[in-house]
Amino acid sequence: MTAATERDEERRAMTASGEVAIEIAGMNKWFGDFHVLRDINLTVYRGERIVVCGPSGSGKSTLIRCINALENHQAGRIVVEGTELSSDIKNIDRIRSEVGMCFQHFNLFPHLSVIENCTLAPIWVRREPKKEAEDRARYFLERVKIGDQALKYPGQLSGGQQQRVAIARSLCMQPRIMLFDEPTSALDPEMIKEVLDVMVDLAESGMTMLVVSHEMGFARQVAHRIIFMDEGQIVEQNEPEAFFNNPQSERTKLFLSQILSH
Amino acid sequence: MAGEKSVAFVAEQQIPPSPPPVRTGGALGWARDNLFSGVFNSVATLLSLAFVAYILAMVVPWLFIDSVWNASSLQGCREVDDGACLAVINERFLQFVFGFYPEELRWRPILAFVLLFVAIWPALFSSAPRKLLIFSALYPLLAYWLIWGGSLWGPVGAVVGIAIGWACIRFLPPLLARGRLDEGLAFLAAVGAGILGAALWWLFCVIAFEEALSTVLAISLEPVESARLGGFLLSTIIGVSGIAGSLPIGIVLALGRQSNLILIKGVCVGFIEFIRGVPLITLLFVAWLLLSYFLPPGTEFDLILRVVIMVTAFASAYMAEVIRGGLAGLPRGQYEAADSLGLDYWKSMRLIVLPQALKISIPGIVNTFIGLFKDTTLVIIIGLLDPVGLLQPIRADQNWNGIVWELYGFIALFFFIFCFAMSRYSMYLERNLDVGHR
Ligand SMILES: Nc1ncnc2c1ncn2[C@@H]1O[C@H](COP(=O)(O)OP(=O)(O)OP(=O)(O)O)[C@@H](O)[C@H]1O
Ligand SMILES: [Mg+2]
Repeated sequence: MTAATERDEERRAMTASGEVAIEIAGMNKWFGDFHVLRDINLTVYRGERIVVCGPSGSGKSTLIRCINALENHQAGRIVVEGTELSSDIKNIDRIRSEVGMCFQHFNLFPHLSVIENCTLAPIWVRREPKKEAEDRARYFLERVKIGDQALKYPGQLSGGQQQRVAIARSLCMQPRIMLFDEPTSALDPEMIKEVLDVMVDLAESGMTMLVVSHEMGFARQVAHRIIFMDEGQIVEQNEPEAFFNNPQSERTKLFLSQILSH
Repeated sequence: MAGEKSVAFVAEQQIPPSPPPVRTGGALGWARDNLFSGVFNSVATLLSLAFVAYILAMVVPWLFIDSVWNASSLQGCREVDDGACLAVINERFLQFVFGFYPEELRWRPILAFVLLFVAIWPALFSSAPRKLLIFSALYPLLAYWLIWGGSLWGPVGAVVGIAIGWACIRFLPPLLARGRLDEGLAFLAAVGAGILGAALWWLFCVIAFEEALSTVLAISLEPVESARLGGFLLSTIIGVSGIAGSLPIGIVLALGRQSNLILIKGVCVGFIEFIRGVPLITLLFVAWLLLSYFLPPGTEFDLILRVVIMVTAFASAYMAEVIRGGLAGLPRGQYEAADSLGLDYWKSMRLIVLPQALKISIPGIVNTFIGLFKDTTLVIIIGLLDPVGLLQPIRADQNWNGIVWELYGFIALFFFIFCFAMSRYSMYLERNLDVGHR
């Protein structure tokens, strides 16, 4: 309880400080005729940790993929760390190097070793010297508890290890924001824990995080705010305790009853 | 109930690890496992052995025991023995290799051939010193100069043209984009400027450049006309240039075909579909006859060069489709991961997409290479004297009239060695690049 209230305090402080990491206003997106995201308004403050949940096909992935322009939105605006996402390629590449992303299927580069996966972007995007990039890669690999596998190839690692490498790879770019798209849903239960541990650790370091996940335990433990989406819309958002104990909308109640029943 | 065992089970001890069993039985065991494991396999093995033995029994005496190496005519051969009359190859060997290349200058193609291996070494084996790549890049110029001779400044001038084109494409886009031009348009404009600049240079400046530098510093070899090139030398020139040219051009075409820029995409698709839809022989005829109509009158454009261009274009179209297959075989997540790290288009292609796509495409790429190499024999149609083209005069020669197997077999052996080497190399490469499954 105390941890939760502490977190609520933290969140109020962030909101009050007004340091905005991501601002989404009146954002709409269509796939052809299909209206996937409807009038999304969301402000994420620096250091805030948000968990996004909702039924399959509700547009969670699409929402966070819009934030680093893997998908283009058609109406409204998205401002990331003060830069508005427009069609200007220079802007997009800069934002992408500030925003780390972890995918459901890891998407490591199979032809590169673990350490090369981690140093590629720092060397080629940030133009860091190889030595420096490798030192940092080793530091982060150590931090996700996989330092001894640095010379292996992704194909030789387990799913949980691969996802931790993917997290380290993103961290090596020293992003200001981390996006996670169902990072644990392709993993076996045993591996889920090792990945969640790393994410909790990351949360404690004060990273701004936007996590699409159905791991409600994780959400309770670290989230400042939980967002529930359905049919392309943000249906409800609240602080974790209130969200779980006292959901307001019928759809949220239904969703929670389904997901918490097993 | 008594006597019925419970299904419950708890391991009472940890089973310690033990070394894997050693393979038993040596050669005999191996033969039993792989050749005689059952009635059907045994019969199949025996039949195959009988077949191999039959072929060997025919070929070995003919080729090795009863063959004749020294004679001056087919008649002469037959007087000695009734096996293969290899004397013809003995006599004409140098012609097969060099065509009608002047005898006293033959060290030049030999040197070029030896240097070829130095040039491809760093491209084939990652263990080679990386600095050698500079030599590889300069090799085409060097080889051209060694084989055709003439002033060194001619090929240098041609390379300067390429450098002009490259510089335009490399450095113009940012400048144009600064002038508030759209990125894609800027790139297109730069490509256009590059092609135009190179063409203008080649048409109007190269000759002056060559003459000017020749007066300052004359470095030249005795020129050799294209008409004197022939034999395996010619096949190798066309084949190697085609191979070296078609891979990069194929990559560019394949990427262009995936481009969002409608104009680039259109040009690439048009090129690929047109070239693929036409038989190579037609293209060779175009190179031979028609191209002279399109070129400004008086331009001397070497026939072999024209053939090389056509063969390269032909192979590039196939290559582009092979590589497109590899690009399509790559999961979308790879593109997304590269994008999400902030890699721009060229970097993500070079570092992430192409290494993987090319690896997937290795069998298809090598297939195209081998096809191209064998297709070089088609140049006989337009009167070039590749090895097959050299056969006609030999078989028409009174002395050797009636020889077939020995000559075709010899040429086949040459092509087989090249193609087999490529095939083995591709297998080596696939094995080497295989780093764990996904
Ligand atoms: N590239 C696309 N083209 C067309 N429709 C798409 C595309 N990507 C997603 N969609 C559709 O958009 C909707 C939202 O997809 P999205 O992947 O964002 O859902 P999600 O909430 O992440 O679901 P899940 O929990 O299953 O991952 C789905 O109905 C999906 O079919
Ligand atoms: Mg999803």
